[in-house]
Amino acid sequence: MSQYSIYKISGSGVYIEGNDIDTDRIIPARFLKCVTFDELGDSLFYDVRFNEDGSSKHHVLDKPEYQGAEILISDANFGCGSSREHAPQAIQKFGFRAIIAGSFAEIFHGNCTTLGIPCVSMPAEDRQKMAAAVADDPDTSIIVDLENLQVICANEVFNVTMKASAREAFLAGTTDPLDTLLAQRDSIDAVAKKLGYA
Amino acid sequence: MARNLFQKVWDAHLVGPLASGQSQIFIALHLIHEVTSPQAFGMLQDKGLKVAYPSRTFATVDHIIPTDDASRPLQDAMAEKMLQVLTDSTAAHGIEFFKPGSGTQGIVHVVGPEQGLTQPGMTICCGDSHTATHGAFGCIALGIGTSQVRDVLASQTLAMDPVQVRKISVEGQLQAGVTAKDVILHIIRTLGVDGGVGFAYEYAGSVIENMSMEERMTICNMSIEGGARCGYINPDQTTFDYLSGRPRVPTGDAWDAALEQWQSFASDADAAYDDEVVFHGEDIRPTVTWGVTPAQALFIDENIPNPEEVEGLDRALVTDALDYMQLEANAPIKGTPIDVAFIGSCTNGRLSDFQQVAELIEGKKVAASVRAIAVPGSEQVDKAARELGINLIFEAAGFEWRLPGCSMCLAMNPDKLNGDEVCASSSNRNFIGRQGSPTGRTILMSPVMVAAAAVSGSVADAREVFDIS
Ligand code: SF4
Repeated sequence: MSQYSIYKISGSGVYIEGNDIDTDRIIPARFLKCVTFDELGDSLFYDVRFNEDGSSKHHVLDKPEYQGAEILISDANFGCGSSREHAPQAIQKFGFRAIIAGSFAEIFHGNCTTLGIPCVSMPAEDRQKMAAAVADDPDTSIIVDLENLQVICANEVFNVTMKASAREAFLAGTTDPLDTLLAQRDSIDAVAKKLGYA
Repeated sequence: MARNLFQKVWDAHLVGPLASGQSQIFIALHLIHEVTSPQAFGMLQDKGLKVAYPSRTFATVDHIIPTDDASRPLQDAMAEKMLQVLTDSTAAHGIEFFKPGSGTQGIVHVVGPEQGLTQPGMTICCGDSHTATHGAFGCIALGIGTSQVRDVLASQTLAMDPVQVRKISVEGQLQAGVTAKDVILHIIRTLGVDGGVGFAYEYAGSVIENMSMEERMTICNMSIEGGARCGYINPDQTTFDYLSGRPRVPTGDAWDAALEQWQSFASDADAAYDDEVVFHGEDIRPTVTWGVTPAQALFIDENIPNPEEVEGLDRALVTDALDYMQLEANAPIKGTPIDVAFIGSCTNGRLSDFQQVAELIEGKKVAASVRAIAVPGSEQVDKAARELGINLIFEAAGFEWRLPGCSMCLAMNPDKLNGDEVCASSSNRNFIGRQGSPTGRTILMSPVMVAAAAVSGSVADAREVFDIS
């Protein structure tokens, strides 16, 4: 995971409607049979997109006009349920670079941040406007501006919110915390000793 | 200053603040399984890193393990590969692995407590959302993603955001025939699937205090279904009695020292909370789900909701859920025919769950139309149940008694629903497709209620079926 600052992400968007979209729906359990995350993109939202015989249900993600969309728009409590990092991995491998939703489940949100996918929250009314805009014109450009906490879409500016520590990490290019954590070896060992764990 | 358990455990394990505003927290116990960890070992390898504290990580295999024939190589080649990668990775890094056949294998959240690895005041994590289960012992127990599994393997620490603490008190007494599962389903139904976002839940009050450790684990297990980051219960004599004599628990003088330390982590009587909610045990009745989230639940004698009576965005949720479940608005949930009955999982796959059901189904028969399976949560649960003859009672009633694993809770092994079968399930998630068929339908309930449904062939009130009063 490379470490560089992310201030803005722009691209076209697609709206997947619904509150409480869980990670079992984002990536059904049978696709977790893998020892690497490499092949997950194709299985994103599989059961919503395909019939059991593999034929297409013509889900919005498979419509020609939304191919190449980079910003995923959805509703409240997105990513609830299982902690599987396979879910954000599949979203990223499919080609999404940012998620706008009503709110996010916490483990999912943390996983996204570590992978470098910014998650911003937007009120329902504004999401409806965004949904209408991408339905109207699938090529509409959307800019997710993390610095100013705004989303710009179809000549409108929407205010969004974001967990402060996540925003900080994107701006500083430290969304992957591992190096920072490893730098504290001595303090880690001291805590382990103090608690009798070492 | 008075502190609650969460603050005490957090403070004790704090390595230091991070520039992002997060905190670096030492992890006392790390549990891993075959689904979310192999990739983390790969990440370590890419970075040329070693496991920092191999003695603080323990592995088991649970999700993909078949419950009928687990002989190696496993029939499913991918499952075999996942098991092999876990075996190799743990061996290469000196991590203890509770292998199948060793007498210690089982669902990760069943194995930790029964081995005595889970101890009060610990920070515990696992690449699995139901890690919250371990909070029953007074731990901060967190589900994490694979990149964080990597962080813990490499540094034994996590970067964490602070959370608020909501105290949920369940006061009074439970009515006969009402179980821990009903209590947690009722809490989730009331506070919502995202009601806990940003919170740790502290469960308290006389109903919780009177619960056994196994019942407390059922409660904490489903904290995640309520959106909470984790859930916990203050350690008390029930906790200490459960731990005493378990394999990984200190003995002699070390036990005395541990006991003193464990007690010190309990919330102070005058500790402050960010929010408090009170429930009354008498109000809770046996609860089952009707929809596709654990909050879409109702008492067994209530009717299925009508979308017309629901406001806003939630109306669509109710309509879609009824559609998927093929249920009718305003109809009673009681009497809904079922095809499958499943007793097991990290929520309700422990010895007491099977014991309770065995007492009720002895001499009764599973309805001819129902396929019923009982899956112990671990090899130890299986062994103890066999010693008591519980497996025989289940088999005589028409249940299949299987080998331990996650099984039909998420159907990564061959145990699955077919087509749009309806399953009365003692597990924790009724999400669309959760039990292995994209159109399968799950109705969550307690093990006793699953038994009642199995015997009746339809969703039933265990109090009536088994004459409980
Ligand atoms: S029993 Fe179910 S919820 Fe528990 S760890 Fe296994 S799959 Fe997850």
